[in-house]
Amino acid sequence: MSETTVAPTTTETEAPQKGFIGISVPRKEDQRLVQGEGLFVDDVKRHGMAYVHFVRSPYAHARIVSVDVSKAEELDGVYGTLTGDEVATLTDPFFQIAPLPGGHVKDYALAVGKVRHVGEPVVAVAATTRELARDAAELVEVEYEPLEAIVETERAADPDAPQLHDDVPNNTIWDGHFDYGDYDGALEAADRVVRIKRLHFNRFSSTPLETSGAVVEYNRGTGQWTLHCNNQFPGFAIIMMAPALRTGMDKLRFVTQDIGGGFGNKICTHPQLVALCLLSRKLKRACNWTEWRTDQHMANSHGNERVFLDVEVPVTDDGLMLGFRARMIDDCGAYTRYEPLGCIIWAQVTPGVYRWRNVRVEFQQVCSNKSPCGPNRGYSRMQHLWFTERIMDIVAQELNLDPVEVRKKNYIRSEEMPYETPNGCVYDSGDYARCLDKALELIDYGSIEERRREAESRGKLLGVGIGSTLDSGTNNFGQSQLVNPDLQFSGNNEVATVKLDIFGEIVVTIGTTPQGQGHETTAAQVVADILGVTPDMVNVRAGHDSYWNSHAGFSGTYASQFAVTGLGAVKGAADMLAGEIKRLAGGVLGGVPPEDIELAEGFARIKGNPEAALPFMACGAIVNANNAVLPLELRDITLNCRYVYVPPHQLPDKERKFGNLTLTYATQIHACVIEIDEETGAYDIVDYGAVDDCGTRINPRIVEGQVHGATAHAIGGATHEHFPYDEQGNLLTPNFYDYHVPHAMDMPPLKTDYLESPSPFTPLGAKGMGEGGGAGLSAVCSAIQNALRSAGGAIVYDSCNPYWRVWELMSEPARARENVTVEAR
Amino acid sequence: MSTQPVTSAFVAVTVNGTTYEREVDARRLLVHFLRDDLDLTGTHIGCDTGNCGACTILFNGQNVKSCMLLAVQADGGEITTVEGLAGDGELTPLQEAFSHSHALQCGYCTPGMLISATALLRQNPSPTEDEIRKALQGNLCRCTGYVNIVEAVQTAAKGGQ
Repeated sequence: MSETTVAPTTTETEAPQKGFIGISVPRKEDQRLVQGEGLFVDDVKRHGMAYVHFVRSPYAHARIVSVDVSKAEELDGVYGTLTGDEVATLTDPFFQIAPLPGGHVKDYALAVGKVRHVGEPVVAVAATTRELARDAAELVEVEYEPLEAIVETERAADPDAPQLHDDVPNNTIWDGHFDYGDYDGALEAADRVVRIKRLHFNRFSSTPLETSGAVVEYNRGTGQWTLHCNNQFPGFAIIMMAPALRTGMDKLRFVTQDIGGGFGNKICTHPQLVALCLLSRKLKRACNWTEWRTDQHMANSHGNERVFLDVEVPVTDDGLMLGFRARMIDDCGAYTRYEPLGCIIWAQVTPGVYRWRNVRVEFQQVCSNKSPCGPNRGYSRMQHLWFTERIMDIVAQELNLDPVEVRKKNYIRSEEMPYETPNGCVYDSGDYARCLDKALELIDYGSIEERRREAESRGKLLGVGIGSTLDSGTNNFGQSQLVNPDLQFSGNNEVATVKLDIFGEIVVTIGTTPQGQGHETTAAQVVADILGVTPDMVNVRAGHDSYWNSHAGFSGTYASQFAVTGLGAVKGAADMLAGEIKRLAGGVLGGVPPEDIELAEGFARIKGNPEAALPFMACGAIVNANNAVLPLELRDITLNCRYVYVPPHQLPDKERKFGNLTLTYATQIHACVIEIDEETGAYDIVDYGAVDDCGTRINPRIVEGQVHGATAHAIGGATHEHFPYDEQGNLLTPNFYDYHVPHAMDMPPLKTDYLESPSPFTPLGAKGMGEGGGAGLSAVCSAIQNALRSAGGAIVYDSCNPYWRVWELMSEPARARENVTVEAR
Repeated sequence: MSTQPVTSAFVAVTVNGTTYEREVDARRLLVHFLRDDLDLTGTHIGCDTGNCGACTILFNGQNVKSCMLLAVQADGGEITTVEGLAGDGELTPLQEAFSHSHALQCGYCTPGMLISATALLRQNPSPTEDEIRKALQGNLCRCTGYVNIVEAVQTAAKGGQ
């Protein structure tokens, strides 16, 4: 049934000689971080710096009648304020990704005319201290005229629902139809059709421990702003900010060093950064803004909430699923900062890990009076993959099929790789069935029935669950044209420079903005292998600085791509430098051809004659400070190499919404065992196994760390983490007191294993892999449903299942079961 | 006769062996005093509610969250922050173990984790895994899932700290 695979050009993979790649060398970053000597954004201080506090909306939806800052400005120690009126005069609304009418959304740095969610910044106040800025904010008088709030996703598109944004009817930001294969034919061919009325993916976020922030300085002489910040995607922020501020891109210098976690949540800080730019220019002083935790929860980017309605799954009697049909409504909150890209990003993994060839989806994105959404670890794919795994378990249960066997029957097979999905994505490599076997081994699946009986004797219901992540990485930004055909974004890129300095120092800059992923270390490993040195001898500059000129339009750290784009750039630059060193040394050592020179131990030496060698220090000194000795034909050598890695993407077909949307597809398969208390619904995860396959691993320990962390996010999201709103649109979990993230006692011991299926399409055979959390969400939901089979057979229909919800599922299984019907054909 | 409320006070504290005397706002939190007045920025802030533990310090030998104390309450006290753990640039076995076990990713929770774990190992040089998890439950980490943090503390304990 599978069509002919369209294989993109395979990259010439000339992997460097085995050396430090694949070794878990200790991280370079750790030395400063374990001594408290990192440089996080709030650690940056400037003379006379102002502290900024935002006055935020107490209403979910209201017209702003008046704003009076006079009392605040009169307070001793207050430097000044910034209001929405000033913002509306001094800036243009942010560029919108959505086509019209969704593109009519007017989004500014501060609320203009109206507020659309609780916590929306309305006025900024700057003062000598943090405390004083907060005091002064209390003195700002804002009069509101409250309006009806939209809290429920499905209410947003009602014809009589209040409208959030002018000229955006039905609060619909985007809608589109996706139709692949022959869904009607699949329905005809099915022996049974399983229907599920409604599934709900919950609103939560990864809530990095460091909140967002910045110290912004304005240089009046040059008209340039320097933004010391923790934004994780400067390329995107600058594209948003420069036109809004009516300035050139080079007037916005982004600087980051250490970032205290990001997980996507630090991509959309551009509104606050614009407010700080305006304030620093107005007040002629550096401005610090450090978001309070409460602000982070109320107004930073949440993960997208999504409902799946009228799901239909045609199945044959032997458990082969032929595809699915569904209506999906995504709720992006009050503003479209990165949206509606989520409306296409799920399509990177349209069939998940399954061989479903026939898919029909009606996708709609609505806005509501809740915090704006933005990328959140597993962005948009996590929701969709959870949906595919829910289908798997619900169909298995309803048709009395074994959840392991039915998965294996429907998994895409390793021999089918590279595999083209119904919508043209090309899964590069992987072996899902083997990953599952390994995951099941980790939890000792063979002993499950025995353990189930033993648990029953203690009043516990035991359940086993399975989940999968396809961590699609290295975006093809051409997919943005599938939501808005007029956009001019496509492909991807990342930059690195590698140079050899006068005293022989190897200095690397990268365009990325790491938040704990160890880029300094892995970049050093790659360079070390190419230049024949140790990672200790490679100095990778920490963080990101636009002044280094080692960035491009898509620079940043997001969407699981560093191992491909970042290290691809590093490898490219290091290869260039190695070539230059060889040519230089060959010339200096008496006309030896470059191919007869080898690089080892900090020397360029003639192969087979290690005595004839030029130390790197001499190479650096000659080119940088003694170049009159060089013959003319070697004077083009700079030993300062900049490389832009560009993946081999092509434009997708806009009409058919068809094409390869990312370059790599790393896999994680998770399996877990839970025990539910029969009386209360309280449950514990008693065993957990995660198997990762991200191709060639540069630093296995770092990879495993990402698996651990993503799993913790998944377990948090599956068990507790939730942003619920009351009817008036007040967030009920605005801090870590109410929003429970897993602590050390909550986390089960995690067992991990791995496979390495190198990607045929990437410079190092590696795949991006940081976002693998979705598997854990699915695995926990799957295990809960499995455990409840003997207690009424409720269907798990929500991605977040705190104890009370499990108790409800046990108490009223029939209610959950109303969600599902099976039609025999 | 009414008097003006005191809005500032003189505070003398010893931090990592150095005594500092400063006039501070009476309402200033100890963590802001350490970070903003003394420029000891290794101690971090991750929440508004005392839940996250990123600001944990040793105060008179006891691990406390420095966002839950006012600077004036620290008057006369002795404080160790993360900057004071390594003597003369030599890492403690716990710091070494954190790096060796990859017990940190972004490093933001790490100062608080290290202080809490230091306090634990002083009281209980050979903790069980449960005891370690219990001792660290007041310190949130969003990157690691705690697996390697627990391992690092075990490693340091075995190293005989």
